[in-house]
Amino acid sequence: MTASGFGAGSVAQAVAPGGGEAFEPLLPGLILLLPLLGFAGNGILALAAAREGAAQVRSGEAGAGGTPERRLVHTLPTWLGPGSVALAFVLSALNFARMAGVELHDPVIRHYWSWMATGPLTAEVALQLDQLSMIMMLIITGVGSLIHLFSVGYMREDPGYARYFCYLNLFVFFMLVLVMGAGFPLMFVGWEGVGLCSYLLIGFWFEDREKADAGKKAFIVNRIGDFGFLLGIFLLFRHLGAVDYAGVFAAAPETFSYGDPVVTAVALLLLLGAIGKSAQVPLYVWLPDAMAGPTPVSALIHAATMVTAGVYLIARAGVLFALAPVGSAAAATVGAVTALFSATIALKQYDIKKVLAYSTVSQLGFMFMAVGAGAYGAGIFHLMTHAFFKALLFLGAGAVIHSMHHALHATHRDWDAQDMRNMGDLRRYLPMTWVTMGAATLAIAGIWPFAGFFSKDEIIWYTGARAEGEFAVLYAALWCIALVAAVLTAVYMTRLMVLTFHGNQRFGESEARNLHEEPVTMTVPLVVLALLAVFGGWINVPPAVHDSVFGGFGLLPMSEWLHYWLEPVTAAADGIRAAGAGPYSESAPLGGGEVLWAAVATTAAAAAILLTTRALASREVRPADESSPPEGGLARVLHDKWYVDEAYDRVIVRPVVGASRFAWRWIDQFVIDGAVNGVGALVRGLGWAGSLLQTGQVTTYAVVLALGALTILGALIF
Amino acid sequence: MMSAFLQAVGYPGWALHALTWLPLAGIGGILLAPRARAAHVAFGWSAFLFVLSLGLWWSFDPAGELFQLASRAVWIEPWGVDYALGIDGIALFMVLLSTLTMPLAILASFRYIRQHEKSFYSLMLLLQTGIVGVFVSMDLLLFYVFFELTLVPMYFIIGIWGGERRVYAAIKFFLYTAFGSLLMLVGILYLYARARSFLGTPTFFLPELLGTPLSLTEQLLLFGAFGTAFAIKVPVFPLHTWLPDAHVEAPTPGSVVLAAVLLKIGTYGFIRFALPLFPDAASHSWVTGIMLALGVAGIIYAAWVAAVQPDAKKLVAYTSVAHMGFVIIGIFAFTATGLQGGLMVMISHGISTGALFLLVGMLYERRHTRTISDFGGLARVAPLLATAFVITALASIGLPGTSGFVGEFLALLGTFERHPGVGALATTGVIFAAYYMLPMVQRILFNRLDDPENRAMPDLSRREAGILAPLVLLMILLGVYPGPVLERMEPAVEAVLEYVEDGGGALGSPSADTSALRVETAP
Repeated sequence: MTASGFGAGSVAQAVAPGGGEAFEPLLPGLILLLPLLGFAGNGILALAAAREGAAQVRSGEAGAGGTPERRLVHTLPTWLGPGSVALAFVLSALNFARMAGVELHDPVIRHYWSWMATGPLTAEVALQLDQLSMIMMLIITGVGSLIHLFSVGYMREDPGYARYFCYLNLFVFFMLVLVMGAGFPLMFVGWEGVGLCSYLLIGFWFEDREKADAGKKAFIVNRIGDFGFLLGIFLLFRHLGAVDYAGVFAAAPETFSYGDPVVTAVALLLLLGAIGKSAQVPLYVWLPDAMAGPTPVSALIHAATMVTAGVYLIARAGVLFALAPVGSAAAATVGAVTALFSATIALKQYDIKKVLAYSTVSQLGFMFMAVGAGAYGAGIFHLMTHAFFKALLFLGAGAVIHSMHHALHATHRDWDAQDMRNMGDLRRYLPMTWVTMGAATLAIAGIWPFAGFFSKDEIIWYTGARAEGEFAVLYAALWCIALVAAVLTAVYMTRLMVLTFHGNQRFGESEARNLHEEPVTMTVPLVVLALLAVFGGWINVPPAVHDSVFGGFGLLPMSEWLHYWLEPVTAAADGIRAAGAGPYSESAPLGGGEVLWAAVATTAAAAAILLTTRALASREVRPADESSPPEGGLARVLHDKWYVDEAYDRVIVRPVVGASRFAWRWIDQFVIDGAVNGVGALVRGLGWAGSLLQTGQVTTYAVVLALGALTILGALIF
Repeated sequence: MMSAFLQAVGYPGWALHALTWLPLAGIGGILLAPRARAAHVAFGWSAFLFVLSLGLWWSFDPAGELFQLASRAVWIEPWGVDYALGIDGIALFMVLLSTLTMPLAILASFRYIRQHEKSFYSLMLLLQTGIVGVFVSMDLLLFYVFFELTLVPMYFIIGIWGGERRVYAAIKFFLYTAFGSLLMLVGILYLYARARSFLGTPTFFLPELLGTPLSLTEQLLLFGAFGTAFAIKVPVFPLHTWLPDAHVEAPTPGSVVLAAVLLKIGTYGFIRFALPLFPDAASHSWVTGIMLALGVAGIIYAAWVAAVQPDAKKLVAYTSVAHMGFVIIGIFAFTATGLQGGLMVMISHGISTGALFLLVGMLYERRHTRTISDFGGLARVAPLLATAFVITALASIGLPGTSGFVGEFLALLGTFERHPGVGALATTGVIFAAYYMLPMVQRILFNRLDDPENRAMPDLSRREAGILAPLVLLMILLGVYPGPVLERMEPAVEAVLEYVEDGGGALGSPSADTSALRVETAP
């Protein structure tokens, strides 16, 4: 099926009109193939390990015995899992260097084979390499490598070690398909493929019913989004006759006028897909539950990469969203509502991973705001910095949970290792984790000069600057929401840090003796990510900021590099948006320039951090089993997550199940079968069909049938 | 090279005859063999037939005539009945699906069938003759004979080797199907009479019947007769209630053949006969509307009903109804993409649902129960079985990268092209598929492994792994690289559509061009 060989496919477009050298991708297929091979290798090992485990279960000897095969099953995945992804990263980086070395205007497309070609449809298996897919590849394989490495320490003791890497490698493969595919159908392959891996990894400890439930919920809720994505593809095909990016983005501006209802419908349908995958209101409910998976999985899939696929989708389909101002406004609105709504829930959660989950939902909302305002570069920028600091936060939380778990396990204490009320003062025991997570907290809170400062500032700025012309009032309102949500971010993150690492120590001294900093495979990723969380924002410093105090008056390097890097991809959409909705405003809705509002935002965040610290310092926190949920009022509502899950259960889940039972019991069994059985009884009354079986007269029946047929036949012919 | 070799041994000349009739020769072998060996003889023979059928792949020229490997001989001269065989790109894959399913179903019977083995395996091979005959017949009466022939062995397979309510299920199956086929017989004879008066000579030969001028009313009535027979077979909602009972009571091999092949006779009948013979009726807005509505209703309704089944086998049976709904809308969208998608769903459903029935059968052989809540945590003790189960389930719910996706995607895309509302409603099926399948997967494979009987459950044996492996590989292969299949089906699909769009040979246009379905007839 890969007769042409990976990397040896025909080059369709590799033109460099600028006169420079053409970009010649280096084995792009191998970038995908490496994690796929890792998946296959780990899969075989996982099955071998599982069969061995199964034999133990059957023979009644539980527990994990250490046979020779077991050790092989343990060392090989350590190399295969992280190794394949690390190699893919190296290859991506080499391609990045090649791409950066030339002027590349049009995407380079590598064709492999024809996937679905029928009638007017052609869906190819083809990879697209351009500036956007390149950034995504670097994030996926780069952050992916670090998280794979972290997993070695985190999952080593687990009997499903090989299976874990098998799924994780498969995830990286599908994620790369998602961003490298050269058309919507192939993106959809990656889209549902990562969903599958997410399902398998959330329910990784499948014997725990709650975890298996969480995986199932993620899959089903995601399929609601996928339904929209599919319809979006269908609608595109119906009107443009194409489903590949090149065809769609070339035909769309010619076929659809600005604000055309069809393209608006396409944008809204694709948005539904993005809402599902990126856990936005109203389909966000699966992501907090997804925290049931191993924590490195939360870092990779449910923070850094998969959940950002919706943002990637909108940025990729920027031309369509630019043509559909209603679709863009809807994306921005959904993003803003989500950013604020989930930030409020994060304020009152005690499970450290739940706080981070709602935080992720909220940050994804910021990215939606950016792409909804037409600032695709800003959306991708925040996607990248968020990948750094949120992956770091999750890995840090993983380190905390891992240590807490070991400590509680050693003392046989039946406490929740994820509940922050059981922690406190951990900085004394996990200094490295504390420092790195602290850096990430400052980054996500938007404190200068950490990465989040620059990326969040861009989003707030562009949302405000979009508040001119069409939907001006709406974008102005979203801008206000963004500012509030940014402050709340600082509050809940500070609360997390204080509850976990500061304050009074809630666990006992015997636990404290068992608390240790994690091994080097786990701390190295933390340190690397911390560096990225600190400096990662410097690649895209806007000129105004660059020349101000926040740019050290020109000291920070690479002014707006990412913006220019992505320009070849976003130019078409920018042009359409500018022509339709007018240029961005020069000032924020309340007046003032970018530097002023960046200063306001970072000052407000800093103030929020200080005030939260002060407020929490004076309060004694009690362990989880000694505390009760808030008495009532807003705090209770936030603690109980606005009762959204309960509402969905009443309004959607139960009615559908009820209707299903009704359909079975009443329509199928009573109405239809009642009629059929009535006829049947009539015939049985004649007594011939039933008795045949009982007497076993096979030949009689056959003869009767044949004779009957022939009689009718004869009668009609003659 | 392969096709040259096949040409040299005259394969194109005898292949279809051999594939149709050789199963009966196997019955001779079974009757002669000792009872304990009957299963092995049956398996060996059907496996041989499968290998034999693979030659079709190379003999069939994707760029060649519409109908290939065709032959025609007089059977009953005064009535104008011909023994005419031939395959187009659609029939090609139906035959291959049948010849693949049969040895696997027989292999899955080794443990399950413990009485009257000789009769059982003889009936299975008789069934194979009927099934292959249905797909290769070019003569309407010959088709009808084979169509009836499939009914008889299946009736006994359910009624003799079935579960507790086997007699009820067998009679229900029989009554439903016989009712439809009698209607069809009347329709066939009426059409025959009209064609004879028009042509001057009696004939049942399909390409000749295609030119028969029929009034719209006649077409609608005839379509009703044929359509009802096929709709029962498919089955189309609300004519589906025989299916869950038949599946639940049938022994595993019976269910597998039923799901993988027998249901396809219904949709195949629509495509091969009902559409080209009565194009004005088929494309009549009322008929199309009703069929599309029933297709969508089947997709959603069956998915909902499936979701609340306590019995795993019944659940899978209802998913068949949902899947066949995709085929129906794909057909009645009358777009190349939709029809291709419908055909891909047929193939994919044959593979994945066949495999699901095999898996449920394997669970039943271990625990003697099919109740979902009796299981749980099996992934821990039976990792191979769990892996096969998960992949099959995912193919069944159309995960991209599996065969199920290609079919559903094309069928929905093709439907949406012409009927966006219908297409959009049908697409909700992807949500409901997750709603019925994943809870079952979880309740069987995941959750706690606390039942001691489940803890002692063995993983797949080599035989079982051998049955499932080719199916699992096909699910992925067809999902990743369906091109060769689509390419071979495309000319046949175009021909059918051309027929329906141009009104075919209907309504007083006796000179209607039948070249699209013309065959080279052997003297």
